[in-house]
Amino acid sequence: MTETFYDVLRRQGISRRSFLKFCSLTTASLGLSPTVAPQIAHALENKPRTPVIWIEGLECTCCSESFIRSAHPLAKDAVLSLLSLDYHMTLSAAAGEQLRANAHETIEKHKGNYILAVEGNPPLNEDGMYCIYYGKPFVETLKKYAKDAKAVIAWGSCASWGCVQAAKPNPTNAVPIDKVITDKPIIKVPGCPPIAEVMTAIVTYVLTFDRIPELDRQGRPKMFYSQRIHDKCYRRPHFDAGQFVEKWDDEAARMGYCLYKVGCKGPTTYNACSTTRWNEGVSFPIQSGHGCIGCSEDGFWDKGSFYDRLTNIPAFGIEANADKVGAVAAGVVGAAVVAHAAVTAIRKASEKPGSTKPEGK
Amino acid sequence: MAVLETQGFKLDNSGKRIVVDPICRIEGHLRIECNVDKKGVIQNAVSTGTMWRGLEVILKGRDPRDAWAFVERICGVCTGVHALASVRCVEDALNIPIPDTANIIRNLMHSTLYAQDHLVHFYHLHALDWVDVVSALKADPRKTSELAQSISSWPNSSPGYYRDLAARLTKFVESGQLGPFRNGYWGHPDYKLPPEANLMAVGHYLEALDFQKEIVKIQTIFGGKNPHPNWLVGGVPCSINVDRAGAVGAINMERLNMVGKIIDDTIDFIDKVYIPDLLAIASFYKHWGAIGNGLASTNVMSYGEFPEIANDQSNKSLLMPRGAILGGDLKNIHAVDLKDPAMIQEFVTHSWYKYADESKGLHPFDGVTEPNFVLGKGTKGSKTDIQEIDESAKYSWVKSPRYKGQPVEVGPLARYIVGYAMGNPEFKEPVDMVLKKLDVPLPALFSTLGRTAARGLEASWAAHKMKHFYGKLMANIKAGKLDTANVEKWEPSTWPKEAKGAGYCEAPRGALGHWIKIKDTKIDNYQCIVPTTWNAGPRDAKNQIGAYEASLMNTPMAKPEHPLEILRTIHSFDPCLACASHVISPDGQELARVQVR
Repeated sequence: MTETFYDVLRRQGISRRSFLKFCSLTTASLGLSPTVAPQIAHALENKPRTPVIWIEGLECTCCSESFIRSAHPLAKDAVLSLLSLDYHMTLSAAAGEQLRANAHETIEKHKGNYILAVEGNPPLNEDGMYCIYYGKPFVETLKKYAKDAKAVIAWGSCASWGCVQAAKPNPTNAVPIDKVITDKPIIKVPGCPPIAEVMTAIVTYVLTFDRIPELDRQGRPKMFYSQRIHDKCYRRPHFDAGQFVEKWDDEAARMGYCLYKVGCKGPTTYNACSTTRWNEGVSFPIQSGHGCIGCSEDGFWDKGSFYDRLTNIPAFGIEANADKVGAVAAGVVGAAVVAHAAVTAIRKASEKPGSTKPEGK
Repeated sequence: MAVLETQGFKLDNSGKRIVVDPICRIEGHLRIECNVDKKGVIQNAVSTGTMWRGLEVILKGRDPRDAWAFVERICGVCTGVHALASVRCVEDALNIPIPDTANIIRNLMHSTLYAQDHLVHFYHLHALDWVDVVSALKADPRKTSELAQSISSWPNSSPGYYRDLAARLTKFVESGQLGPFRNGYWGHPDYKLPPEANLMAVGHYLEALDFQKEIVKIQTIFGGKNPHPNWLVGGVPCSINVDRAGAVGAINMERLNMVGKIIDDTIDFIDKVYIPDLLAIASFYKHWGAIGNGLASTNVMSYGEFPEIANDQSNKSLLMPRGAILGGDLKNIHAVDLKDPAMIQEFVTHSWYKYADESKGLHPFDGVTEPNFVLGKGTKGSKTDIQEIDESAKYSWVKSPRYKGQPVEVGPLARYIVGYAMGNPEFKEPVDMVLKKLDVPLPALFSTLGRTAARGLEASWAAHKMKHFYGKLMANIKAGKLDTANVEKWEPSTWPKEAKGAGYCEAPRGALGHWIKIKDTKIDNYQCIVPTTWNAGPRDAKNQIGAYEASLMNTPMAKPEHPLEILRTIHSFDPCLACASHVISPDGQELARVQVR
């Protein structure tokens, strides 16, 4: 017997009543007649788990490792109940011919209905042979598997932006996947790696609501990537009060003061680290004493040292005042905060209006 | 080709060629080609690393204090090992001693990785080579419970527990969507476990998947996240404050309690689940004690790890010893010095790189790396569609490192052999215990089975060492030794104009070394030789074969088109190819576009 989407929801503790309500909402959101709702319910009740093909290019497998750290849902439940992980180089039992057959069968059988998850990215130099897959350039497999996918998930900063192998001088000409896949919706989930529960939340969102989450103009789901780490950092009051760590393990470090002056990139990094936190909410880099290195931002490797104060980054308006802020000059703190707010406003204004749906819906 | 004789092996590529690409359940990209004779016995093995990222090229000109973050991204499975080797090489170059408490925290983070990484390897990357998931459906839950309770006091072992598991597994398989278990080699004649043992192992596969994410929370507490926690040149980034205002923003009593609990749980899981499973499964596969020796009985090496004394990397300090064995002479432990130019060298004769004189190897301080992707005349297919590779020419993105000119195996088995040879009871006694329990002789250690067993023993060793380091940390805090960073030389203005250093690290997969040259406060040269380079590397100038190729030789295959035996032996090394294949141009020249000949 094939386990359907409905069976899965039921096992996740979702009642039939909620399920039907979900179907009605889906009907409405698609602008269809309410009479269609039972049809959608029927379809979902009989739909097999969505197949996922997960491929790896130039990468370090930190995204897969992060995915299996997920606590809710547990990776075990995601793999057994939520999706059908038909091809995964790090988890699949099959190798070689048998593993390739898995991908080919899924593509054949579920044309247009499988999700392609990409970890890592394709190098284009040397005819693509810096990453060899089945004896051929990885980029060929990437394009082939993307062709009939319903949607593509770009896991991590490699697939989203290029990440470390694309840092200057990018010897292999590694490129983000949207440079070679141009005709499919791509959900970018950046971070090195992304937070486990953010990864599984995005997969669950797509499978549960049968739609792609609202994305910002860079292709990132707004629900996790629209706020800076700094915006929700629990050390933020120390920033506002001008209380900074000056040197590693100084008195201020032991007091948990702001890490801005030792290079924290929280003020320019969009991610959920300071709210969702890491490894089931245990901590995040700032909480454990090291500044954010900005690993979910495009090109973060090439923005100067991780220990340079953000003064070196253009478009950040606070630099002239940082030391004075450290001296707890109250007026300057005010100015800094205002400058900060202005940057926020500029960033917001520069974002295109979101897609059709208003926020919060 | 004619038969090629090396190191006692006869390489004969006249038989049927089998290509396995990709090898699954590893980190990175690896291709294995083998020739089998009419009886299905492997007569020639070819290991091809199929990726290159050029990470060290990227490091040129950057701030040495940043290097750990770049190189940490070499690998997200053995996360943190490159960061540790990196901060050590920078500290060695700039002569920065780290505080005792920082050393303890590093040891704690590193032993945490050992426990988690070995656990994930055994259950999620290796177990399916030995455990038949489909056979588990035939298991009697009551008998499975009896089996589980006969080998361990682990509480999740009731008949009801296994009944639920069997029901879930049955439903999963009957859905027709087998996910990661799809198209596995189920029913292969060399799956030897009874259905009950298979069901028990599948249960623990799932439990281990849940539990491994708990272990790494220790890295999250000290390093802020996992994978890829944060490190610091001069110590560790986390500060300790257990007494005063602000303690909530530092390592405090609540954090330490969490660490303590996770350590106890880790010891429990490894000693009550991993080790009993390992012994139970191994008892059905004793014949694998005679397969996959490769270099294990002759050449092994360990850089050593876990300095008990901060900043001291002599064997007086290292809890896991440093040393090498050559020619199978267990009485003669060779010294290992990462800075000795004659001792450690890399060859590129069969790698896709170019040296002026490829008959010679180069020490990492003087290494050259220029990609040179050319294929031999005997290649079947084309440059962008390789059907069969020609191993008489260049055939891998991995280089061939050599110790005193010889290939060596690295990893848990190598470490246990070195420890055993030194007569260190922490390594000798568990090995003797396993040999006795399985009723196999010492030579069975030098095998695929021995490699997998050593990793399990080491996971337990590491878990207990976590407890040891935790005790030391608490004692230091009690004594008021709270310093976690030495910042005397944090500012580049305090550095010499030129400096160079080497950083060692015994990673879960084996000996890892980083070498740095600093000039005018920037990285002038950065080199890594990683465990999988030692093990997976291709042939060298003398056609000596590395550990992977050697270990596959003479392996009988029941059904060559179903490469289960190849997977067993290759997985016993726990390959990490993203680690293995990356290099630098030491003179700092940007890499020229590679010409194909």
